[in-house]
Amino acid sequence: MTEKTTPDTPILEVSGLTMDFGGIRALDHLDLRIRQGEIVALIGPNGAGKTTVFNCLTGIYKPTSGELLRTPTGLATRRLNGLKPNKVTQQGLARTFQNIRLFPNMTVLENVMIGRHCRTRATVLGAIFRDRKTVREEKKIVALAYSILKKIGLADMINEFAKNLPYGAQRRLEIARALATDPTILLLDEPAAGMNPHETAELDELITGIRDDGLSILLIEHDMKLVMSLSDHIFVMDYGKKIAEGSPNNVRNNPAVIKAYLGEDVEDA
Amino acid sequence: MISLKDLKNAFLVSLWFVFLTFPLMVIKVNPFERTIDWRWQNMGYVAAGSFICYLASRFFLASKAAKQKKQKLLDIPDKPKSDWQQRLLSEPRLYLPVLGVILAILLIFPQIFSTYQINIMITALMYVVLGLGLNIVVGVAGLLDLGYVAFYAVGAYSYALLNLHFGLGFWAVLPIGGLLAAGFGIILGFPVLRLRGDYLAIVTLGFGEIIRLILENWNDFSRGPSGISNIPRPGFFGMEMTLNQSISYLYYLMIALVIFTIFVVNRLQNSRIGRAWFALREDEIACQAMGIDKTRTKLSAFSLGAFWAGMVGVIFAAKTTFVNPASFTFLESAIILCIVVLGGMGSIIGVIIAALILMLLPEYLRAFSDYRMLVFGATLVLMMVFCPLGIISTVRRTYTIDKNLKTSNDREDYT
Repeated sequence: MTEKTTPDTPILEVSGLTMDFGGIRALDHLDLRIRQGEIVALIGPNGAGKTTVFNCLTGIYKPTSGELLRTPTGLATRRLNGLKPNKVTQQGLARTFQNIRLFPNMTVLENVMIGRHCRTRATVLGAIFRDRKTVREEKKIVALAYSILKKIGLADMINEFAKNLPYGAQRRLEIARALATDPTILLLDEPAAGMNPHETAELDELITGIRDDGLSILLIEHDMKLVMSLSDHIFVMDYGKKIAEGSPNNVRNNPAVIKAYLGEDVEDA
Repeated sequence: MISLKDLKNAFLVSLWFVFLTFPLMVIKVNPFERTIDWRWQNMGYVAAGSFICYLASRFFLASKAAKQKKQKLLDIPDKPKSDWQQRLLSEPRLYLPVLGVILAILLIFPQIFSTYQINIMITALMYVVLGLGLNIVVGVAGLLDLGYVAFYAVGAYSYALLNLHFGLGFWAVLPIGGLLAAGFGIILGFPVLRLRGDYLAIVTLGFGEIIRLILENWNDFSRGPSGISNIPRPGFFGMEMTLNQSISYLYYLMIALVIFTIFVVNRLQNSRIGRAWFALREDEIACQAMGIDKTRTKLSAFSLGAFWAGMVGVIFAAKTTFVNPASFTFLESAIILCIVVLGGMGSIIGVIIAALILMLLPEYLRAFSDYRMLVFGATLVLMMVFCPLGIISTVRRTYTIDKNLKTSNDREDYT
């Protein structure tokens, strides 16, 4: 557990991840690896268990078995198993949701400010007396939240309620909120769902920009054009099992993947 | 705007109301003479009244819908309708004079009015603080608590018992009562951490009843239903006071407590903790995924909400000089909840206004005391139909940002 990282060792390693819901095995001995600064895509047909992987990683589900190991650069490895969602976030894993889960009746800025919660410390007494430390902390929260919104392109609607934003902007706000938690690994659950081609192109740029800032990204996505252009490495899942992995080109021509997506060729069968 | 169909519906509605109220409003049995008075004119009133009310409500709703449609056509974004409220509340120039006048009236109130009036006002102010306390739990953190009165009882009995057994004075017990109630808030909080919505409501309802039943049945501890009497009124450096003086004194004390509560609750709401409460109300899973500790946030909401009930409980015991379990029934919880819902979940000013309306109106409308509950119920229904967000909906803080702010290197000195 004291082994130090080199650029090539994964910062997040999932091995033998299994998740049972009653008698249904949603994930079956799944292995995943993410290295520093990589964009890794997780693809597969509907119901393959992609979102379940996210929920296990972020502590919303407790995996039946398997190891979730997180190795921050230059630090010792930690197990993520059994950590509560908020502790996982503190370990530098932030996520977005497939069906948007913003705080609809809070303003855009406040949504992002919430993300700072786990990195700040103001107490009840601090909130009541507003000592210098708390005020300074609060100012920094606002400034940082604003700078993130500027980067994401929502800076001119900070006082708007989140529920009043157009759909694409809500998706981006979710990413902004996740970024505010200072993650090293960003988990994006279908960020391009429901977006038009123009918005998807913008999203492509945004995600690349985030990667260039030094973050690693684990991406679930159905838009194959986006996945192929973004990813460094792709994992393909079906029925809770990993059926293929490799570079975009590799995966594209993999017969197992084609079979999972399109079904078996009648002539071959 | 009113079509023939509306008229037909209005006719049917009035017919239905006549039928419903027939036994109550028309038939009057005189048991002595064994005769029946037929009050036909009442039937006319009911028919006309419901007919007009129905048409008015249709008209109101139709014009509202038409306005919204027009807004959508012109592509005006859905502005919150409390726009003037937002402006009034965000400009010190506008609200400071109003605040000053209100404060001045409140301060000279005991000099002008009778003891009876002051007593009513004290009760109303007590409910303002109770409402603000429950507002933290229900309005801000979104945890439906139907047993809030339990904390009120804890405060009241802590003064009564500590005074009885240890001779502790009002000022010593005031913070103790608050802290004890906050402690009970945490005790209640632990078992309900996993619950939300209806389930949470039922458990808290049970908790409220448990506290009341313990106080009612554990005679050795609380003297049961006969209660504890002769609780001293609050002292002022050992000064002897007449009844009138001590009531005015209590009044000023209550004003101070209200101001203190508003100050603290307002600061809490606009802090890191308050934001966490709001986020918890909005979406529990997203809130956790953003790194907020659900357990701590819920417990802090429960305990900080209960704290105010405990303090008001102590004051209640000191005001009435007598406590018994009958003062802490579910009805009290329901009234406090009404204050929060009617005022607007999470809105401080709304809760204050609602508390004053709900407490003062029934007192001043004693002339119509027969219809009090009827009016009360009708008001609640109408409010929820036409203004579901309460009298004043939550005003979220707006931020202005200096566009030239250097924020690029903030990230470094944060971690």
